[in-house]
Amino acid sequence: MSGFPQTGAPACRTDDSRAALTLCGAALVADASGALLWPAEGVLAVADLHLEKGSAFAARGRMLPPYDTRATLDRLAALIERETPARVLCLGDSFHDRRAAERMAPGDVERLRGLTAAVAEWVWITGNHDPEPPQGLGGRAVAECRLGPLVFRHEAQPGAVGELSGHLHPAAALVLAGRQRVRDRCFATDGAKLILPAFGSFTGGLNVLNPAISGLLAPRFEALLTTRGRIHRFPCERLSPDAGR
Amino acid sequence: MDAPLPALIPPNVAAWFRSKGWAPHAHQTAMVEAAERGDSALLIAPTGGGKTLAGFLPSLIDLAERPREGLHTLYISPLKALAVDIQRNLETPIAEMRLPIRAETRTGDTPEAKRRRQRAHPPHILMTTPESLALLLSYADADRLFRGLRCVIVDELHALAGTKRGDLLALGLARLSRLAPAARRVGLSATVAEPDRLLAWLSRNGRLEASDVRLVLGRSGAQADIDILTTRERLPWGGRTAIHALGEVYERIRRHRTTLIFVNTRAQAELVFQALWKVNDDTLPIALHHGSLAVEQRRKVEGAMARGELRAVVATSSLDLGIDWAAVDLVVQIGAPKGSSRLVQRIGRANHRLDEPSRALLVPANRFEVLECRAALDAVHEHTLDGEAPRPGGIDVLAQHILGMACAAPFRPDDLYEEVVSAAPYAALSRDAFDDVLDFVTTGGYALGAYERFQRLRLREDGRMAIAGPAVARQYRMNVGTITQEALLRVRMARGPVLGEVEEYFIQGLTPGDTFLFAGQLLKFLGVREMEAQVAKGGGGDPKVPAYAGGRLPLTTHLADRVRAMLADPAQWDGLPEDVSEWLRLQRARSVLPSRDGLLVETFPKDGKRYLVAYAFEGRNAHQTLGMLLTRRMERVGLGPLGFVATDYVLAVWSLRSPSPEHGADMDALFDQDMLGDDLEAWMDESSMLRRTFRNVALIAGVIDRRHPGQEKTGRQVTFSSDLIYDVLRKHDPGHVLLRATRADAAGGLTDVRRLSDFLARVRGRIVHKDLDRISPLAVPVILEIGREKIDGSATDELLAAAADALVAEAMPEFDPPREPEPGRLTP
Repeated sequence: MSGFPQTGAPACRTDDSRAALTLCGAALVADASGALLWPAEGVLAVADLHLEKGSAFAARGRMLPPYDTRATLDRLAALIERETPARVLCLGDSFHDRRAAERMAPGDVERLRGLTAAVAEWVWITGNHDPEPPQGLGGRAVAECRLGPLVFRHEAQPGAVGELSGHLHPAAALVLAGRQRVRDRCFATDGAKLILPAFGSFTGGLNVLNPAISGLLAPRFEALLTTRGRIHRFPCERLSPDAGR
Repeated sequence: MDAPLPALIPPNVAAWFRSKGWAPHAHQTAMVEAAERGDSALLIAPTGGGKTLAGFLPSLIDLAERPREGLHTLYISPLKALAVDIQRNLETPIAEMRLPIRAETRTGDTPEAKRRRQRAHPPHILMTTPESLALLLSYADADRLFRGLRCVIVDELHALAGTKRGDLLALGLARLSRLAPAARRVGLSATVAEPDRLLAWLSRNGRLEASDVRLVLGRSGAQADIDILTTRERLPWGGRTAIHALGEVYERIRRHRTTLIFVNTRAQAELVFQALWKVNDDTLPIALHHGSLAVEQRRKVEGAMARGELRAVVATSSLDLGIDWAAVDLVVQIGAPKGSSRLVQRIGRANHRLDEPSRALLVPANRFEVLECRAALDAVHEHTLDGEAPRPGGIDVLAQHILGMACAAPFRPDDLYEEVVSAAPYAALSRDAFDDVLDFVTTGGYALGAYERFQRLRLREDGRMAIAGPAVARQYRMNVGTITQEALLRVRMARGPVLGEVEEYFIQGLTPGDTFLFAGQLLKFLGVREMEAQVAKGGGGDPKVPAYAGGRLPLTTHLADRVRAMLADPAQWDGLPEDVSEWLRLQRARSVLPSRDGLLVETFPKDGKRYLVAYAFEGRNAHQTLGMLLTRRMERVGLGPLGFVATDYVLAVWSLRSPSPEHGADMDALFDQDMLGDDLEAWMDESSMLRRTFRNVALIAGVIDRRHPGQEKTGRQVTFSSDLIYDVLRKHDPGHVLLRATRADAAGGLTDVRRLSDFLARVRGRIVHKDLDRISPLAVPVILEIGREKIDGSATDELLAAAADALVAEAMPEFDPPREPEPGRLTP
């Protein structure tokens, strides 16, 4: 086995943590955190928070750590503080199930209320996991949200243009020199649609080459891989499938 | 062979021995004697020599004399196949002696109807595995099933003790002793360095001082006749396949009846098999056997071997255990054996008639391996074997066991604790540690008690813990066991049979059209369909060889010590091949030889970079960790380390600047023990090895589910990896019991911190630094390794940037992507 010293890696290049892209004329920024920014409209969008996924498993006897909600809110709070958005759009499946809010630790509830109150407009777009997002946490629930040329919704619709969605948890894999393999969450876009990666701490990913994702996109699409605090763009031809998943 | 039979052996059994023309061996009668007194016994004997019969003989006699119903003897083997094989072998004496005995197997493959029947109407003798025993013990009727048990036989004990499967079994035996206090324990083991450890393992109180187990030693066979192949070819500097010598190996195959060829990894097995067939002018029947091949294929080879139809089999440790073949008259070990005990056990596969010596041939693949083979051979002749320090029982295994016991019946924590510490691997477990694990089983054991509502175990009013509902038991039974492995994919010939399984990540690295060697053939990869890799025969281009995880065992401490001693003492070089002694003489002239107790470090320039080679001889895992820690420290003092490579023998680091006192970095400071402090902590947290270890711990402890093949859904069904859990847990609950278990496992396993720590203490004040103006002879092999090996995950950022830049350059030739200031290119 051979290796490279980790401390030998160059310091993180700040411009590597963001990538600019255009959708129907709107200038957007994909952030390595998995959030999407639309500076002109003061929008910060995140998808698939799946809050309280850990406790949903615990209720069924799988004792996953109970810290996923806190970890997700930590990252979201840091983003909001950095970007000071006017609008936060959560693209559905923000809560893992209907009873998620009941299981949330009191501290986390307060934290989330503080976040929704600190932003001028907070929108819960409904998803299949949270068709009726919990009351009393701030923000308003809508099925979808139109803003200028763009539409934000949970599940992508075939043929829709200027659409931003979540739901599918896209991930990209590729093989590098030295047979090193990388697989992490990604944005997927063909210029007409943009699918956001899942933002929640316990959310896995589905390979973008899976027909469930690639079937929604034009034959030539791009993946913006978010990994280790950076974002890297790859055309779909460069990506690898997962074996067996 | 007509010696009078001891009175202990009843007439019908004695008559059977006579009808075979046999006399019972001394160790067989000793086992009967032990049984007559109700003693437990550990039989240590070389493979063959009627060890299995010795284990069963007392049970056969008891059942013949005092026929009865119900389970009498439980036999536990590490391999399903071995249980099946032993059952078949036992049928013969049972039938020939007309004994009223029913012997059956029970494994993961046993049909449900038969399993139910076995619990209702148990056979007299049941052959099973540690996992199946754990399952049996988790049912409410375990008490009824095992109450009358008289004897538990553990086969291949040397292969189970000290592993997590062994931990699971030890806990199972502790429970059996509670259910059936009269049951004796019988251990069967190959030759080991320290029988004391196995005696303690087998004893009912888990401690050697009070061991209630009698030691029985089988007759050791004639002194093994072992040669090291002196090749006519030039000895290679590096490599592990010994391709240069296979022509000569083939000549030996031709001169013997049946040859067993052991290699260390499955990848080597494929390569050696291919190479042998290239020189197989007589088309001798030569077969291949390794753990990734389809079961049917392996059984076919084993069957052909047993019928004497094969002239040679190329095999990995998949053949280390079990099945006896008297017909083997030569054992060939390709590559260094890595441990003397392993060599002894492998050589034992030849000539099971103990009066004939085993014949064996060691085939070193490179120069260092010549030294290692010589050291192993000396060790065999001097009867010194590897003694590995015992590791404490796994916390994850204990968690699984506690849940299983709760599934069987409500328990009092005090009682269960007492039972658990009677199992040797847990003899030193504190009550606090036990309670931590119990808390983990009950609520997940997280700070804040977040899951009080979701308890899996509930405390009843009578002070017993009981499972919260039947779903808990269902979940336990679906996930029992400690064998965690990389996800595997079946390899199937298009519209044809399954050839075997390979690790998923190997397949992920292939693109359709690539060729690879598997199951002894050249295959073309077509694609992945329905959880299977589809392949066709043939294809062109350079074939790849699956690089299987965990295939390579590190050099044992014992052998490493012998290699160092040999290097330091020119008087011992006489027996070495000319290529090798010449190499060592050159080293002595151009630099110095590593001493036995100290550490030699060489530094020299090459291709504009500075190289540091440390001759530590501590095995690749410890060297890998040393490399990580050393480069961190070199980075801090401004030496600009660029990369490193670790072999079993040495560590090589290359850097921009040479370590020197003006950098505050003389060798004593660089190799100071304090590197095991903060640097280790920081690195362990990031290390991919810790992540892999955590995954296994989380699987065994039941936090995440095993992936059951065929259960994966398409599309929406998204699995999420244990890495996500690891990251969140590390950040928010760093003291959690699973993280502690992960660190403990890694320290003795993949990171081998324990061995590294002993090493740093040993060489303190004994470091010899040679600053040379060019590469030394002894450094050549490791420098050749550079670039051959897979790159570690830490270089990911560079590689990703490079991959992205390359694409940019391809797309826009006029655009020159910005370059990083030099660190971390792939080759020196």
